[in-house]
Amino acid sequence: MGNRLIDLQHITKIYDGHPVLDDLNLYFNENEFLTLLGPSGCGKTTTLRILGGFETPDQGRVIFNGQDITHLPPNKRQLNTVFQKYALFTHMNIAENIAFGLKISGKSKAYIDDKIKYALKLVNLDGYEKRMPDSLSGGQQQRIAIARAIVNEPKILLLDEPLGALDLKLRQEMQYELIRMKNELGITFIYVTHDQEEALTMSDTIVVMNQGYIQQIGTPEDIYNEPTNAFVADFIGDSNIFPGTMVEDKVVRIFDRIFPCVDVGFGCNTPVDVVIRPEDVELGAPGQGTVDGVVSHLIFKGVHYEMEVTACGREWLVQSTKMYPVGEQVSIHVDPFNIQIMNKPESEDEEAVVLDV
Amino acid sequence: MYKRSVSYPCILWSAAFIIIPLLFIFYYGLTDRTGAFTLSNLAAIATAENSKALILSLGLSLLSTAICLLLAYPLALILSGSKIGRSGFIIFLFVLPMWMNFLLRTLAWVVLLDTNGVLDTLCKLSGLPRFKIINTPAAIVFGMVYDFLPFMILPIYNVISKIDINVVNAARDLGANSFQTLYKVIFPLSLPGVISGITMVFVPSLTTFVISTLLGGGKILLIGNVIEQEFMKGTSWHVGSGLSLVLMLFIIVSMALSTKYDNGEGNVL
Repeated sequence: MGNRLIDLQHITKIYDGHPVLDDLNLYFNENEFLTLLGPSGCGKTTTLRILGGFETPDQGRVIFNGQDITHLPPNKRQLNTVFQKYALFTHMNIAENIAFGLKISGKSKAYIDDKIKYALKLVNLDGYEKRMPDSLSGGQQQRIAIARAIVNEPKILLLDEPLGALDLKLRQEMQYELIRMKNELGITFIYVTHDQEEALTMSDTIVVMNQGYIQQIGTPEDIYNEPTNAFVADFIGDSNIFPGTMVEDKVVRIFDRIFPCVDVGFGCNTPVDVVIRPEDVELGAPGQGTVDGVVSHLIFKGVHYEMEVTACGREWLVQSTKMYPVGEQVSIHVDPFNIQIMNKPESEDEEAVVLDV
Repeated sequence: MYKRSVSYPCILWSAAFIIIPLLFIFYYGLTDRTGAFTLSNLAAIATAENSKALILSLGLSLLSTAICLLLAYPLALILSGSKIGRSGFIIFLFVLPMWMNFLLRTLAWVVLLDTNGVLDTLCKLSGLPRFKIINTPAAIVFGMVYDFLPFMILPIYNVISKIDINVVNAARDLGANSFQTLYKVIFPLSLPGVISGITMVFVPSLTTFVISTLLGGGKILLIGNVIEQEFMKGTSWHVGSGLSLVLMLFIIVSMALSTKYDNGEGNVL
């Protein structure tokens, strides 16, 4: 990853008196796969539209390579967008679609023909020049939309939930394709999605957003293993989020049980949120763990079993390759390293949103 | 699925008022007074008077269609792109006159355009040159544009407002300025509506005889007037039918062109 390429400074956008983005600051590096992740209405698409030039922020500036491009129209920006529903030109064939941007910028016919060949090869659709967009499947149309954007050699490719309309199998395939394309092209991808799995799979950096605020910026591993607040923990993957009290450094009390952990610096007797990933909850024979409970639900998920264990009056979500039948007495143990402590939200802005994930 | 029997009233109606009259037209058009087969009624279009009327009709309807297109397209474009336009209120205003009787509306224009009519009087009072377009081809074009403009606006508006905004954004994103976006993307995508609008203005303009009678003062004969006279003034139903068949040919050609380019999206009426 290289230098800073584009900078969003103090961006605020208000729709109908309701702030969608509030003093957002964010930068994007060269050759980075960055994902804006969040539930609908979190401001991720607005951020992308501001980058693309389809929205003007009410306050703040967009700096591209040191230049203020806040008020530059989309056709003057060195970036291209792949739209959610492909947005291909249905009155043109595939070659004409791909050539659109190149013709506008007045490139020679030989250059354009070369580029079309190259782009179709890159998206694995050689020989589709003469086809019409309507005759292609959703996945193929999305590849064409990508090809149409990248032939213009943008510094940044903006992708607005490009895989949202595809089925699961195709989506997974396209995720690998996108990573490959990004590596081949060596340009920055800014990707918007509400699908946390997609974000974890593809990104170098994930920006988790909620209600117009950035909740956390980090690598997929950081975001998953060290969520900074309950919203992030809840949004990324499955998790058990319990209220707890930090008794002292490396000791947390959850439901009146003492759990050793590895977190320090929260002070003494501080209320905190505790995140435990379901795959980190270890079950054993009664009496061998920190708390005892009863298995109340069991579902087979393919790779693992998913169970709910009632302990201390709360449901604990557990994922394990070992099966414990419903009604079985078990004990719960959590490795200190797998307990993640988070500050309680201080203001409403950071308030975790309860999601049905 | 509904039973076939529910379509019988419609079939009966079509038979009684469309198919059978049409067969009569064919019969009269292709026979003479004695009932013998002849093509002379069709050939009647070639007389100096009739061909002049046909050419004038074609000219005026093409002109009014072009004017309608030039007025309607920008309007539809602006309306479909604006909030107030999408609310449908302005479209409603444009469609409103269509609910009033067509004859009344045309008569209103007589009052407005007549010598010593409203516009003429206003010009006289304000010292401008006198406004005398009544009984000229210009007045007829005026009437055609006024009467048929909504038929141009609606299909075009309908098609443009259905164009995915992201397709327009994509064109901008790929470097096209507003003008390039219009003529490379929006206009080609709106063609079904344009073709539909052209047919819906051109065909009634070509066949009208009311507008030319009222606003042309009976001095300017369009092909519609010629046919009307053949029937109403009792000259010859045979020649009238023959000329109708010739006119029908022009209508069929323009309808065929429209169905070729229009996949149905543009038809709103």
